[in-house]
Amino acid sequence: MPIDPEVRERVERLELPWNDFGLDPYGVSKNYLGVYFTALRFFYRTYFSVESYGIDNVPKRGRVMLVGNHSGGFALDGIMVTGSMFFDMEPPRLVHAMAEKFLARLPFASGISSRLGHLTGLPAHAERLLADERMLMVFPEGSRGTAKLFRERYTLVQFGTGFMRLAMKMKTPIVPFAFLGGGEAVPTIANAVTLGKLLGLPYIPVTPWLVAFPLPAKLEVYYSEPMMFEGTGAEEDEVVARHVEAVKDRIARLIDIGRRRRKGEIVPLPTARRSQRSLEPEGRAR
Amino acid sequence: MRILVPGLAGRLGRMLAERLLQKGHDVIGIDRRPFRDAPSGVEMHELDIRKRAAEDVFRRVRPHAVIHMATVTHLLVESEDRYRINLGGTRAVFEHSAAYGVEHVVFVGRHTYYGAAADSPLFHVEDEPPVGISSFPQLADLVAADLYAGSALWRHPNIVTSVLRMVYTLGPTGHGTLAKFLRGARVPTILGYDPLFHFMHEQDFVDALVVAVDARPRGVFNVAGPRPVPLSVIISETGRTNVPLPGPLFSAALGRFGLPRLPRGALDHIRYPVTVDASAFVRATNYTYAFDEKATLRSYREAFPRPIAAA
Repeated sequence: MPIDPEVRERVERLELPWNDFGLDPYGVSKNYLGVYFTALRFFYRTYFSVESYGIDNVPKRGRVMLVGNHSGGFALDGIMVTGSMFFDMEPPRLVHAMAEKFLARLPFASGISSRLGHLTGLPAHAERLLADERMLMVFPEGSRGTAKLFRERYTLVQFGTGFMRLAMKMKTPIVPFAFLGGGEAVPTIANAVTLGKLLGLPYIPVTPWLVAFPLPAKLEVYYSEPMMFEGTGAEEDEVVARHVEAVKDRIARLIDIGRRRRKGEIVPLPTARRSQRSLEPEGRAR
Repeated sequence: MRILVPGLAGRLGRMLAERLLQKGHDVIGIDRRPFRDAPSGVEMHELDIRKRAAEDVFRRVRPHAVIHMATVTHLLVESEDRYRINLGGTRAVFEHSAAYGVEHVVFVGRHTYYGAAADSPLFHVEDEPPVGISSFPQLADLVAADLYAGSALWRHPNIVTSVLRMVYTLGPTGHGTLAKFLRGARVPTILGYDPLFHFMHEQDFVDALVVAVDARPRGVFNVAGPRPVPLSVIISETGRTNVPLPGPLFSAALGRFGLPRLPRGALDHIRYPVTVDASAFVRATNYTYAFDEKATLRSYREAFPRPIAAA
């Protein structure tokens, strides 16, 4: 597969410690990234024409966690956020997602996902990547979140708290983001749990046309200002849960802004830091 | 210093002997295998470390330091035999060292201690337990020897014990598990899996032992050279052909068609990575490696060019 020249140039500009074989210490491969982003480019730019808002809020360097909502019956949201950081950031950044543990057992999936930077979802991996000043993407809703049905597409389900303990322990800023449009692209009417179990997956989303091939719906990502939470990560559940709620609230508000904009309302964009501040109440973070 | 090395007649042991002599140490070797053409300056005792005569060597020589390399790692050696040699030998080394005033014991262990599994993390740290034994019982003796050596840290507080978990070696002698696995023209892999492999040049391996003797770090340390590399890259950079086989077919094909022979449990080691975080050893000793991943692979390829296809 010929690598797109723009993709090749952006892969070169990723600030990663490549060796002579074009590999970083985790086995992330320039060649694999080239093929992946070349394939993604069409979907990101043309098919879904993904828009990234507030991307200036994302730190250009250093450890950071992108924390967002799930939207769409499978990893469509995560894939497009990797595209957003790669195609719309200057310089581009590589997003490390934490791969589901069942992937590690599957042939091909485990190898390919780790060459693209998505290591198995283990605390040790997350801490090591952050200590290495990398960018981690987390969906605290977990697979409960991707299982959302069409009518639930703008809701948030319960957030796990592991990401917050990780962020506190590793002194890592959290950039909350909202992902919109996944529910329209993959309108899930039901989840086939038994069939999924047979195939070693948590479930399989069922759409009106049965398979989960996404429609060319408009996809949008809204990034908010970074939030920093002091502590060690070993605090009591109540403390951590309060912080988690703060992140969840911010994501919910971003979803709301995006939703009103999709309806045609004129709502200020959370692009520049100044307009962002006017949108957010004070004292929640920092 | 007088340095006693059980296992000196192995290929890495011979390289170590030369480096220690260069540094001006007295080198005393104990090995069941003969050490022909041993360099002058090496005092060689051809005997089993577990035998009474080995204790006499300790008593007479009174070494300052012991580098214990007398562990059998070939997976082809009968498991029970290996168990006795590896555990009995390690026990003898520590008992004699305690009895005859040895100041520092270096146990040369293996990074395969950590085991390979789908859910094990990249870059193991020293305090992790060994999780791979259940799937690969052939490694149990090495794991047990490693843990036994580590227990010397509290059992013999007067001895400085360094337990080193070394990654695979590659280099001109062709010694070691990975080197042997790569020997043929075709190297089998499991379709759909391409794990990272952690390896270091033989010379760097030996240098790490020399550095450990100088710095005397107390504790358990992973030792590695350059960063790990996917198996597919290792195969292509050493001029071999990658033969990916579906899992079940792989087991059936081992030992045939010029493919190496491997125990069943070893399959996990070509499915999943075993990589280590060696930063603690670097902090404790200021160790630096000389051969990066490319140079290491090249030196193996030059010593062992791709074999001409079997007639």
